[in-house]
Amino acid sequence: MKFKLATTLGIAAMVVAAACGGGQPEEVAPQPDPDSIAREQARRDSLAREQARRDSIARARRLEEERVRREREEAARREREITVAVVAIFEEHVNFDFDKYNIRPGIDTERLEKKLAIMQANPALEMLIVGHADERGSDEYNMALGMRRALAAKNWLVDRGIDGNRIAVRSMGEEQPVDPRSNEEAWAKNRRNEFAVAAGGRVLVRPAGM
Amino acid sequence: MSSRRTALAAALLCAVPAAPLFAQDTPIEQGVRIGITYTPGLRPGILVLGGARSVELDSARAILRRDLLLSDHFEMITLPGGDSLLLGLTGAPSEGEPEQATGPADPFVNYSLYAALGADYAVALLVDDSVSARVAVYDVRGETVRRELPLALKSLDDPDFRMSVHRTADEVVRAATGEPGFAASRVLYVRQGRLWRVDSDGEDRAPVTPPGVTTFSPTWGPSGRRIAYAELEGGWGRLMVGSPDSGGFQAVPPTVELLNFAAAFSPDGGVLAFSRSGDEGTDVYAYNLAQDCCLQRLTVGRFSDNLSPTFSPDGRQIAFVSTRPGLPQIYVMAADGTGQELFAPFDWGVTGSSHAPEWSPDGTRLAFHRDVQGSPQIFIMDARSRAVRQLTSAGRNEDPTWAPDGRHIAFISMRTGRRQIWVIDVETGRVRQLTNVGETRLPAWSPRLPEP
Repeated sequence: MKFKLATTLGIAAMVVAAACGGGQPEEVAPQPDPDSIAREQARRDSLAREQARRDSIARARRLEEERVRREREEAARREREITVAVVAIFEEHVNFDFDKYNIRPGIDTERLEKKLAIMQANPALEMLIVGHADERGSDEYNMALGMRRALAAKNWLVDRGIDGNRIAVRSMGEEQPVDPRSNEEAWAKNRRNEFAVAAGGRVLVRPAGM
Repeated sequence: MSSRRTALAAALLCAVPAAPLFAQDTPIEQGVRIGITYTPGLRPGILVLGGARSVELDSARAILRRDLLLSDHFEMITLPGGDSLLLGLTGAPSEGEPEQATGPADPFVNYSLYAALGADYAVALLVDDSVSARVAVYDVRGETVRRELPLALKSLDDPDFRMSVHRTADEVVRAATGEPGFAASRVLYVRQGRLWRVDSDGEDRAPVTPPGVTTFSPTWGPSGRRIAYAELEGGWGRLMVGSPDSGGFQAVPPTVELLNFAAAFSPDGGVLAFSRSGDEGTDVYAYNLAQDCCLQRLTVGRFSDNLSPTFSPDGRQIAFVSTRPGLPQIYVMAADGTGQELFAPFDWGVTGSSHAPEWSPDGTRLAFHRDVQGSPQIFIMDARSRAVRQLTSAGRNEDPTWAPDGRHIAFISMRTGRRQIWVIDVETGRVRQLTNVGETRLPAWSPRLPEP
């Protein structure tokens, strides 16, 4: 028992000696120069202040940039919203009576009047008109009829001062019905002009009073 | 023997098979007679004999027999005990089948029996060797061979197998009537935007253009080796010319802009007349394909449209649709655009609009469709007297196109509720349905097709 205690203490002493780096010669630490410490400290403080100043400027700049970006984004979003709304009005179909291509008074004329205002407010805007027919009548004649319908809308706009070079016309005859059924309701929808932005429609201005 | 034969003949004549698809178009208008008188029994009787058996020979006989039936020139006569043709593929001889149905290559020709059955002609397929055969046309009353026609025996999977039999069938019709049949021909049509073709007997349907291309208004060149059609894209249409078999379609240069459609080849194939739509409306133009030059405007519509040209077979005139009277009607002009005048007469405020003219192959008639009380119907007009006759009245019928025999017209009919191609025999008014697939449109019947 006594022998066991002595052994335990011995081992503990060895462990402590090892932990203290015992056995190796102790190095002599260099004596610090108080002046150089102060200079170093001053240099570090100066750097930190400079850094803080720069950070603050950068932060301010970032905030400013963020604000400008947000404002721009907001403006672009409003612009897009307006453009989308204007394009939606621009793209509204104009419909026709069976085997006719005259522009009807009422909603069809009102829709063309809105398109006229949009063309006037956006001088770079170019328009594509595609005329369509219902499935009745000769397939070949319907190609010509669709073109007459597109031309009727173009001429309506040109008569009111729009440059004809800004409006292209096409026809798809009865090839692309919006409603494939064979009844009066479907035919009425299918006899139509479709309007699309051909160029200059990235940003559109809403005409006054619309 | 004689009385038995007569009784048999009477029984058979009563049982002359009526093809199930056939029906008479119903011409019922108060006080108006449409169509011409048709007296059954005036047509010569024809009998297709049996003979040596093989899958190819039995198929060839079946095709031949059907072609003769569809030619509408003959009363089809069948032998006692039913025709062996349709049973041929099973190899089982039917009861009461006469000995020549399974006999040697050169059958015994029983003229007196065929005459008693009402046949004026008998047709036999005679085999010489494994690749060649002859089709003999017997004059039953004269008890002689009227004509022998060579027939190259192709294997069933040869793409020209059916067409080679059709060509021989047309010569059988010529031997019996003086005019060839129309079996060796095809009809182009548009289905869901794609161009298809089908043989004159409704068989061998095949697409002509790849999927994804929107085609419109096909037409045949005079040789049957070229076709033209319009390819639509974004409201414009360009005309493509190529082979109905091997493709290789090329755009006609001046048609790559604007909307070009409804083309027609001149009879010599050198000129393509077509409709062109743009800022000035729609007018008829011509382009010289032979010299690849010289786009020429033939009509100047201003406030009216001019479209759907069709050449007269002598190449001198072009009939077309014009809206100059208000409603579209059929006009005619010289091939250079001069001398434009009304062609198909109409009553102001009474006659409906008229469309889709096509000159008959012999030049004597013009087919077109005209609105009758809101429904299009097929009409033909005598080109000289300009007398107009209505051919159809059941349902909507439009876009007529002549068979090469100048006697049959294919057209689109809605009588079954779907747009399908039907064929009418102008002489008798008999109609049959050619297609029964999806929705078919814009048929164009070829001339007689040459050997490939």
